[in-house]
Amino acid sequence: MSGKTTFLAALLMIAFLACTSRKEAEDAAKKSPTPSEAATPQPEVHGTEVKTVELTNPLNKEWVTAGKGIYDTKCLACHKLTNEKLVGPGWAGVTKRREPVWLINMITNVDMMLATDAEAQKMLEECLVRMPNQNVTQEDARKIIEFMRENDGEK
Amino acid sequence: MKTQHLFLLFAAIIAAPLALLSPGCKPQNPTSAVEGDAASKVYVAPGKYDEFYSIVSGGFNGQVSVYGLPSGRLLRIVPVFSQFPENGWGYSEETKPMLNTSHGFVPWDDSHHIALSTTNGEHDGRWAFVNGNNTPRIARINLSTFRTEEIIEIPNSSGNHSSPFLTENSEYAIAGTRFSYPMDDDNSNPDVSINTYKQNFKGTVSFVSIDKETGRMGIGFQVLLPGVDFDLSRCGRGPSHDWFFFSCYNTEQANTLLEVNASQKDKDFIMAVNWKKCEEYAKAGKGKKSKVRYAHNVWDEKTHSGTSTIENEVVVLDPKELKDIVYFMPCPKSPHGCDVDPSGEYICGSGKLAAVIPVFSFTKMQKAIADKNFEGEYDGIPVLKYDAVLHGEVKKPGLGPLHTEFDGKGFAYTSMFVSSEIVKWNIEKVEVVDRVPTYYSIGHLSIPGGPTRKPHGKYVIAYNKITKDRYLPTGPELTQSAQLYDISGDKMKLLLDFPTTGEPHYAEAIPANLIAPKSVKIFKIEENNHPYVAKGEKEAKAFREGNKVHINMTSIRSHFTPDNIEGVKIGDEVYFHVTNLEQDWDVPHGFAVKGANNAEILIMPGETCTLKWVPDRVGVFPIYCTDFCSALHQEMQGYVRVSPRGSNVPLTFSTGNKAEPTGETK
Repeated sequence: MSGKTTFLAALLMIAFLACTSRKEAEDAAKKSPTPSEAATPQPEVHGTEVKTVELTNPLNKEWVTAGKGIYDTKCLACHKLTNEKLVGPGWAGVTKRREPVWLINMITNVDMMLATDAEAQKMLEECLVRMPNQNVTQEDARKIIEFMRENDGEK
Repeated sequence: MKTQHLFLLFAAIIAAPLALLSPGCKPQNPTSAVEGDAASKVYVAPGKYDEFYSIVSGGFNGQVSVYGLPSGRLLRIVPVFSQFPENGWGYSEETKPMLNTSHGFVPWDDSHHIALSTTNGEHDGRWAFVNGNNTPRIARINLSTFRTEEIIEIPNSSGNHSSPFLTENSEYAIAGTRFSYPMDDDNSNPDVSINTYKQNFKGTVSFVSIDKETGRMGIGFQVLLPGVDFDLSRCGRGPSHDWFFFSCYNTEQANTLLEVNASQKDKDFIMAVNWKKCEEYAKAGKGKKSKVRYAHNVWDEKTHSGTSTIENEVVVLDPKELKDIVYFMPCPKSPHGCDVDPSGEYICGSGKLAAVIPVFSFTKMQKAIADKNFEGEYDGIPVLKYDAVLHGEVKKPGLGPLHTEFDGKGFAYTSMFVSSEIVKWNIEKVEVVDRVPTYYSIGHLSIPGGPTRKPHGKYVIAYNKITKDRYLPTGPELTQSAQLYDISGDKMKLLLDFPTTGEPHYAEAIPANLIAPKSVKIFKIEENNHPYVAKGEKEAKAFREGNKVHINMTSIRSHFTPDNIEGVKIGDEVYFHVTNLEQDWDVPHGFAVKGANNAEILIMPGETCTLKWVPDRVGVFPIYCTDFCSALHQEMQGYVRVSPRGSNVPLTFSTGNKAEPTGETK
């Protein structure tokens, strides 16, 4: 078996396991007589591939502001707004280098990206720290992209 | 020695039929008690989950441990009453208040019994309660975070052994005094001679209320009782829902050499308390307000901090005045366990020194009370006639009966300490139907759901007091041993032997699907209301308040911000408030500083924890992450510079500044 086929087989296996374990968890959740006051389950927000992202101009100013707020809390520790690499690459020019779909999946679905995307894997080889899942929803990730676009000079 | 003999005896019993079947095949050790398919029944394949969580008291380690069943794998130790340097419980500034008591900071206790919350008498998977026997306390653990959320001290109590068992809808947790002690009219503990036990000593049982929504506890009311030892207890179920049953020993009221002096009478008591009536009387103002001091410690998941409040009043009910709330049922002899079957009709008293297991009938008890079928009074409390309340006696069950659990199929399982065995008996017929050896000297036993209306059955676990030769020896001090038996058939079958940590007393097991789906993975950083949180590196800072230096620090793979701090001086108290900015499951960071007189802290994603450090010498001191977090974990470090008292080095902080000498060098 070639290296590539093994890799694909492994991926399929992972995908399969991921599916069954989620289904099992759901079934288990259905079976259990959850009292109404009980703590609500805490779903993990990563794990769904986003296929399309629509960009519009002019920029949505509210999203830019919200995106910056999320950046300050969850991203700034590793990403500068210049092109200087800190833990991860600087964000200057990132919207020119990457498709929005690539960006949003990197933020919300990083495990899939690191498992399947050659560019993401190249970044991991350079940085040696897995991009963390920061529990960002797709809506919030879209706002971060708006902030990135503003950082790259879009109006 | 005795245990060895017992073991040989059991081995011989097991060996006899085997020897007949296959001559020449001699059993070498106790493993021959296990049948061929045992391994497959407890094997949980890599990546697969156990079927049950077992929540196990830690005994003298003061904690609670969590095992998976049937594998017997240790999943976690939850720190409760004892400091836990491994994650900073009781060392961090936020957790210290959780161990406060009216005696001040008490960093250890003796945790004996687990009670899992129930709704309509069935497990609901919300909370685990555990008692502290030494400095009387009850703790509540949230089963979605596996963290201790609340600890309440029990006033007017000494030795909280008969605890924290719950009523059917978790309305109350119970706390009964094991050690009675002198109480005067003000219910305080006066300075009297110990040999005035009979005149001056009293016992209490406290009903600790539990809020239906939040789980928040409070002392609902207490019942003042004669000075005896209250040992164990169980609530009624179904028809007996309104009642709580307690075993009492030392009705001789001895205050010395209890081993002999509390073993004089042929019968002690099972005490029945009508808690619903007590509740009514307390609400109607028929209790007496007692001035007390007790600590009530509560954890806030949003500020990630505990607070301790000293409360000062409880309501005490006196059954000498309120005649219909407490009754005694005679029970042979020095009863320990007091267990109620799933139907709520049968109450089993396990007389440690008795040759029988008496089973009382709730229906008969009701009738005896209605008919006033009393044999007399004990300190003003009616004593019902033994024959009038007895369903039957299990004859010759074994030696030293301690505790009983139920399988929901009409059978009871009683642990026998002296004869090291579990005895299965038919409740209706009070007849022994099976027995298996345990290794050795079993204390408590546990069937998943055993103390509920609907036991889940399947297994019984023996928690033993003596380990001896079960595992590879580790010097004089050994771990404790537990055995798992299959009870799905007519005969109990030994499947697994596993070591346990601490010294487990009681444990409860619950199906994994009642807990696992609700398990919290992270604390949301957006919801963190800690007063010193840094929600992002922009909020990281160091500032001074007199001689207190606060450092609001962030951690993320793999650096701290700030990681260079200067301007700390001898005489300062430094508070490292570390916020973990990670928002992914299972990415904690640790934090430690050289010479700190406490421990490390382990910070979960989205949480803030504070480590206090009082530097004792001038110099530069490293700080670092203690939890291997990434490929660059070894790089996750920094420095704090400590200058002499009165130095004028300004307080500065930074991360990632290029090296440029700013001060003098030596």
